Amino acid sequence: MALLHIAEPGLCADPHQHRLAVGIDLGTTNSLVATVRSGSAAVLEDESGCALLPSVVRYLQDGIPEVGLEAQLRQTDDPHNTIASVKRFMGRGLKDVPGASATPYRFVDAPGMVRIETHAGVKSPVEVSAEILKVLRSRAEASLGGELTGAVITVPAYFDDAQRQATKDAARLAGLNVLRLLNEPTAAAIAYGLDTASQGTFCIYDLGGGTFDISILRLRQGIFEVVATNGDSALGGDDFDECIYRWIVEQGGVAEASVTDSRLLLSLARKAKETLTGHDEARIRATLASGVELDLSLSAETFFALTAGLIAKTLGPTRKALRDAGLGMDDIDGVVLVGGSTRMRHVRAAVADFFKREPLTNLDPDKVVALGAAMQANLLVGNHKTDDWLLLDVIPLSLGLETMGGLVEKVVPRNATLPVARAQEFTTFKDGQTAISIHVVQGERELVGDCRSLARFELRGIPPMVAGAARIRVAFQVDADGLLSVSAHEQTSGVQTAIEVKPSYGLSDDEIARMLQDSFTHAKNDMDARNLREQRVDGLRLLEATQAALDEDGLRLLSDTERIAIGRAMDTLHVLLNGQDHVAIKRAADSLNRATAQFAARRMDASIQRALTGRRLDAIEV
Amino acid sequence: MAITLSERAANRVQKFLDQRGKGVGLRLGVRTSGCSGMAYTLEFVDETLPDDIAFVSYGVTVLIDPKSLTFLEGTELDFVREGLNEGFKFNNPNVKNSCGCGESFNV
Repeated sequence: MALLHIAEPGLCADPHQHRLAVGIDLGTTNSLVATVRSGSAAVLEDESGCALLPSVVRYLQDGIPEVGLEAQLRQTDDPHNTIASVKRFMGRGLKDVPGASATPYRFVDAPGMVRIETHAGVKSPVEVSAEILKVLRSRAEASLGGELTGAVITVPAYFDDAQRQATKDAARLAGLNVLRLLNEPTAAAIAYGLDTASQGTFCIYDLGGGTFDISILRLRQGIFEVVATNGDSALGGDDFDECIYRWIVEQGGVAEASVTDSRLLLSLARKAKETLTGHDEARIRATLASGVELDLSLSAETFFALTAGLIAKTLGPTRKALRDAGLGMDDIDGVVLVGGSTRMRHVRAAVADFFKREPLTNLDPDKVVALGAAMQANLLVGNHKTDDWLLLDVIPLSLGLETMGGLVEKVVPRNATLPVARAQEFTTFKDGQTAISIHVVQGERELVGDCRSLARFELRGIPPMVAGAARIRVAFQVDADGLLSVSAHEQTSGVQTAIEVKPSYGLSDDEIARMLQDSFTHAKNDMDARNLREQRVDGLRLLEATQAALDEDGLRLLSDTERIAIGRAMDTLHVLLNGQDHVAIKRAADSLNRATAQFAARRMDASIQRALTGRRLDAIEV
Repeated sequence: MAITLSERAANRVQKFLDQRGKGVGLRLGVRTSGCSGMAYTLEFVDETLPDDIAFVSYGVTVLIDPKSLTFLEGTELDFVREGLNEGFKFNNPNVKNSCGCGESFNV
């Protein structure tokens, strides 16, 4: 018996036509999946009632990888094969990953995106993320009782093209149809129903396990627009744990902590942090490997003092985002807290103090992004009637081109709203230059070397002109998912070329190889079929022509032996025409041609003779 | 005979109505479609219709049009959990047979 849900008036789906859609928060530390059932968004739990899936994947020597809590628990025993925080590596090369050397992983520097060597082979971050998504997908399908129509997956607002594409690829690999990528702050705003207001400017303060993001959204006539983003990719709840850990080491006089000790103390530090969310004091008791007993008491006051610097570090980017948006504190109509770390009382207090208003906190800060994504997914598959709900996001980093001297010319500026199309004219550098190489980069720096290279392509066939005469219009177009296509068009000659920026990183290597292989195989088949058809047509034409010639002149111009030889060649060709071997047909046709060469020559002579007989030389037109 | 909600179903419906923030009740109905002839519909109600027949179960108003009522007379709507899946289930005494998944039926 299928279980039913309550639909909006008039929107009841036909039987077996339910469009199941989920929102997925693919987080650095934890991931969640949520859906809208009977009009309410809810996070889906696993069999044991857990909503959060730790974003940890452990590869075993054989068999399917472990994902989630069980992988997280084995992280310390099996550090090389247990991959955590893989989101940091998405779409990143080894040199782009800050602190890569501090992780236990065995990195393989592949072109474009870093890979990690595990028991089960070399894995790309896309594959690791796909394992997490697969678990969420099967959880959702078990909970919803059917196959998913699609999913909305959230990404940080600052994710660049390569990172967004990597996220999409991971979803595809996990068998999910991505309805849309949604910026995390936008999802949070949706979850709080901020879209129901007529207008307003909202600030989303997202302090997660290892990242801090601040985003400013503007709502106008029911339309969301991300007007500015900023953040710190290396600041989060883990740093607060670290602070407490250092305090324990100092207070407890721990001279030299073994690996086991520091792991134990770090987990105690985390527990203390969580305790202090609701209590004024946390006891920390531990027995170290050396036998030393620790028994400390951390007061909330001390904790707040220890970590005040970390909170101050979040306010810098916040000010910067406000400045980018050209807004003052008074322009902000609401502040939303996202991320588990915003449960800490002093974080809330600091935010309230900074904005001079109480932040919105009534939704679970861990779940709010997934809930918003679920609502967006529900809308996109058509289970909700509102049609005036459009989301506009911004370009997180400027997009531009390399110009002479390795300089960057920005075409689409940072914080431009999506979708966007911008064009700019460029010209040739040298006299007679017939091609131009277009190098698309992303970033804010002035030198190409400091920006991220997204793609290169060439515009060829420019007619030779003096330097500076060509007018090459380069257009950038970014779609609603934040994916880029670039086209170049030389205006005087009309030559043009375009590229869709699919950042060239790993995973697709195999796919590209396979697709190429496919196209090779097919190309051969297609070519064979084409050859066969061509040879048949030619062969038939030859047979008909020969037959016509024989009928006309065969008896007059050929000896019996010659006629028999031609007849035999015709028979051979005739038989082969019904076969599949275009090479044999060609050979038979050639031999028929050879057999009739003499005949053709004689016919030519005869016809010339006929044409010339009895005519005066000056009457012949040449 | 009447249409009833189980207590569990009524609580759920009330909760969903509260979260939705508007709506006067729940509409049950049948329509012709699906692999076995008829299918259930389950919707929130923002406006009652003149022909609607209303039942109240555990404080929740259930509306149904007269035509559907002939096929649903005596039905109890329950809310059940099956593994990770949960949702509403029609216990309809009029059903002669239903399709494999129970989403459509005939009487």
